[in-house]
Amino acid sequence: MIRLNCPVCGLRDETEFTYLGDATARRPKMDETDPKPWVDFVFFRDNPRGSHKEYWHHVLGCRQWLIVERDTVSHDISSSSLAKDVSA
Amino acid sequence: MSARRLPEGGRIDRSALLQLTFDGRSIEAYPGDTLASALLAADEAIIARSFKYHRPRGIVAAGVEEPNALVQLRSGARTEPNTRATTLEAYSGLNATGQNAWPSLKFDLQSVNRHLSPFFGAGFYYKTFMGPFKGTGFWMTCEKFIRKAAGMGKGDHSPDPDSYQTSNAFCDLLVIGAGPAGLAAALAAGENGDRILLIEQDHELGGSLLSNPVGGQSDTWLAEMRARLTALDNVKILTRTTVFGAYDSDVYGAVERLWDHVETVPPHQHRQIFWQIRAKRAVMATGAIERHLAFGHNDLPGVMLASGVRSYLNRYAVLAGRSIVVMTNNDSAYGAAIELAQAGASVTLADLRRTPPDGLSKRLDAAGGTVLAGHGVLCALGRKRVSGAQIAPLDERGQSCGAARKVDCDVIAVSGGWSPVLNLWSHRQKKPVFDESAWCFKPSADALPTLTPVGSAVAAGTLQNTIADGAKAGAVKGVMPDLASDNPDADHWVRDISPVWRITGANGKTTGKAFVDMQHDVAVSDIELAHREGYVSVEHLKRYTTTGMATDQGKLSNMPALARMAELLGSSIPEVGTTTFRPPFTPTTVGALAANDAGHHFAPTRRSALHDWHVENGAKIMQAGLWLRPWYYPDSGEDLDAAYRREASHVRDHVGMVDVSTLGKIQVQGPDVAEFLNRIYVNGWKTLQVGRIRYGLMLREDGIVLDDGATARLGEHEYFMTTTTANAAKVLALAEQLLQTEWRDLKVHVTSVTDQWAAMAVAGPNARDVLASAFETVDLSAEALPNNHFVKAIIDGIQCRIHRMSFSGELAYEVYAPAKFGYHLWAQIMAHGATYDIRPYGMESMGTLRIEKGHVAGPELDGRTTLHDIGLEGMASSKKPFVGSVLRNRPRLADKTRPTLVGLEIQGDTGAKSGSILYDMTGSTDNHGLGWVSSTTYSPALGKYIALGFLAEGRERHGQQVRVIDFLGTGTQTATVTSPHFFDPKGVRQNG
Ligand SMILES: [Zn+2]
Repeated sequence: MIRLNCPVCGLRDETEFTYLGDATARRPKMDETDPKPWVDFVFFRDNPRGSHKEYWHHVLGCRQWLIVERDTVSHDISSSSLAKDVSA
Repeated sequence: MSARRLPEGGRIDRSALLQLTFDGRSIEAYPGDTLASALLAADEAIIARSFKYHRPRGIVAAGVEEPNALVQLRSGARTEPNTRATTLEAYSGLNATGQNAWPSLKFDLQSVNRHLSPFFGAGFYYKTFMGPFKGTGFWMTCEKFIRKAAGMGKGDHSPDPDSYQTSNAFCDLLVIGAGPAGLAAALAAGENGDRILLIEQDHELGGSLLSNPVGGQSDTWLAEMRARLTALDNVKILTRTTVFGAYDSDVYGAVERLWDHVETVPPHQHRQIFWQIRAKRAVMATGAIERHLAFGHNDLPGVMLASGVRSYLNRYAVLAGRSIVVMTNNDSAYGAAIELAQAGASVTLADLRRTPPDGLSKRLDAAGGTVLAGHGVLCALGRKRVSGAQIAPLDERGQSCGAARKVDCDVIAVSGGWSPVLNLWSHRQKKPVFDESAWCFKPSADALPTLTPVGSAVAAGTLQNTIADGAKAGAVKGVMPDLASDNPDADHWVRDISPVWRITGANGKTTGKAFVDMQHDVAVSDIELAHREGYVSVEHLKRYTTTGMATDQGKLSNMPALARMAELLGSSIPEVGTTTFRPPFTPTTVGALAANDAGHHFAPTRRSALHDWHVENGAKIMQAGLWLRPWYYPDSGEDLDAAYRREASHVRDHVGMVDVSTLGKIQVQGPDVAEFLNRIYVNGWKTLQVGRIRYGLMLREDGIVLDDGATARLGEHEYFMTTTTANAAKVLALAEQLLQTEWRDLKVHVTSVTDQWAAMAVAGPNARDVLASAFETVDLSAEALPNNHFVKAIIDGIQCRIHRMSFSGELAYEVYAPAKFGYHLWAQIMAHGATYDIRPYGMESMGTLRIEKGHVAGPELDGRTTLHDIGLEGMASSKKPFVGSVLRNRPRLADKTRPTLVGLEIQGDTGAKSGSILYDMTGSTDNHGLGWVSSTTYSPALGKYIALGFLAEGRERHGQQVRVIDFLGTGTQTATVTSPHFFDPKGVRQNG
């Protein structure tokens, strides 16, 4: 079990969260009509060994989406912040 | 008699006598005994038969590492297979039987398997599946016999009558293990004021000190430590508790066995507690386990670990044999040998090393024992228990280099050095390092800043070092009581070990079968076979031979297997590496892990605000996801079929009411809601006025249909969105994700209000009259409230909203009220509706009504269908982008030959089964077909069985016939393809 530091709720169990994935994948602009960037955004993800910025949703807590920096090897969490506060 | 209880000594309470039963025989024990010590005191040699070969097996160890002495404990629903006799506390009424034997332990017919042993060698299962037997049916023939013969204890199929609980613990320091290092750590940190949790798997604190001579100086130290720890309020001590797993973020799992040491759990008590522990840091004082040695017939009852024999002597006052041969490759067994000799046994110590330690040899000599330097046991002699040992001089590799001779004995006590218990360390994905002087894998220093291994778990040299190590890890300040180092026998194990774990004859082979993993019956010859067949990786070797994969996870077998593997590969043990340990450290009851999350507590149950009314009025309830919903309301004598047909007809002829409170409801607020809805739905929202409702469809990012539902504009900046019951959570999470991560330019807030609103749909020709009667002041005329409009209304002071929209195809309204008034409102509408013959209807008839109308629901929106597939591509706006608007045009999704939604009129008097496959009237069915049936019902309005389905080029096939084939049951039917809008396709009725 991982424990995540929610900026709103404090240190909470992983079981209160759901996981989305890579937080660095950028959604194309709404008016983008070329399918390529959309295919890239929807279907392709890197699978890095080491540091990974990722979205977690505090779904059984404050319902905020977090950007968590997690080491995929050690599961060490180096930072977590509210997605809405992070400049894209 | 061979083993016997000594007249005095031990940590047992001789003032009380317990009566136990083993295999139907009465056994005496004292409080403080384990089942194993009681069995040993009663000289019971054979405790179990082995897994594959049914060889007789006895007690090997005195702790959790025991591979052989597994018993079937209790009977009936409380029976527990594979219970280690060595850790089971004796209690009055204890009833256990030997395992895996028929008809009896002493005379086991199935030991014929022994003579098939070449057949059961390494990789037996793989070879049977893959080799010459493949496809011959041979496996099928043999499987029953083999499965019956090979195995361990038996489970029981009846429900567990005991209860279990989950508990949470938080602490500054978790100390795992209450041996000398753990006690020192706990006290040092505890006296600093930290919140400490000290956990010990035994019922008594002390660890290795419990098996040192009773009455020595270590007893005084132990007593003082216990007293000081107990006096501290900030130290919580859990005994009979095993930390079975270490997890990320310093979370630990432990099971506390509250009542496993009595015959039955007292009333209203939990048998075990599953602790989830969140520790700031932890000290791992888990000690070390002695290793076995490989030699001929080393599994014979009477071959034991030296530490086990010593523990039975000192802790339980049981002398395991009269005449004992000790074989060791290190110093630690000397302590056992000396004490055994002092206790009256005749002791011969075969030291595998050429130069035994001078001081210890002299002390053993003085106690009456004999030391044979450079000697070892080639094989154990005896049929059902040890009667002697074949001893020979050995070279430095453990190979016989001289004439062997027979020594009569009843116990062979062996020591192959010690392995630190690093399982919890391994759980944290850390690789241990190899200690070249102690010849063991141990945790590397400082690899985990919050988990500090101490004492024997890091191969600490002496007892003093162990204690100092623990205290240092616990805290820097605490003051330790002194422990005079008069325990010379407790601390020699890391020194002068000779890396020999296999004793062979002059030909380099073991003299008879030599086991490395006794619980899985894996012998040295199996390791050698695996090597010959090309296995080089230790992980492959483990799986191929199943070494270390039994319930003991190779606590004893690991090192002898690795050592042999390294020899065969011509490499070193650290080069070969070790396998990874996984939780649980010892077998753990699934009941404890599940605790209360079982049966209907496995998932939460959701009830609508109207649930009580349904129950009071005879509804049959069904489970829909987490929700309990009214399925149908049978009149007397009605079954499901009769009831749903009547309910559906009643709605079309009169009026009915159905609970739709489970719909997802989301309050959407802010100045940018229209733009938000425009982006998330495929259709446009900029023109929706206050007081209006609009149906919307949304896609996933990949262009597949996600959900549908209606949204009402309650005010300038306030909207009320509904989703399907099943997708409520998904849609809310998606909205939150987009608003918080991607669309931060939008000033919009979403809040779930599903539980805040009760909702009921009133449908049928009389619907307007019913509501007009219930809500007197509201104008519900077609002019005042057309479709897709809502109005606020008050009944008995309750503020409600009446939405005019129809799912059934009839004149219909959805009435929303605050949840706590839902029951009252429903009852009031039923009362007012009595004049108009209102009846409740349930999920089943609601499905019938929507299928008759061709409305899609969950079975159609199954995560694979596009807008075009369900015939709603016309809803997609071409004037704006929306979620999925680009990817929905991917070539495969835009392919016009995809199966599309159709109606199916089924011929005959039975309905089609959902999931049936559609085929042309002629041709092969040896393919995926043209489509499938998604929803099916009998239609009272049409007087026939109908269905919705998806059919390739479905729109062009209206009027054609297809075969409907249910490959799982009813066979082939014929259906006519129609429009999915079976009933009132123009929508005249709902617009009335
Ligand atoms: Zn939170």
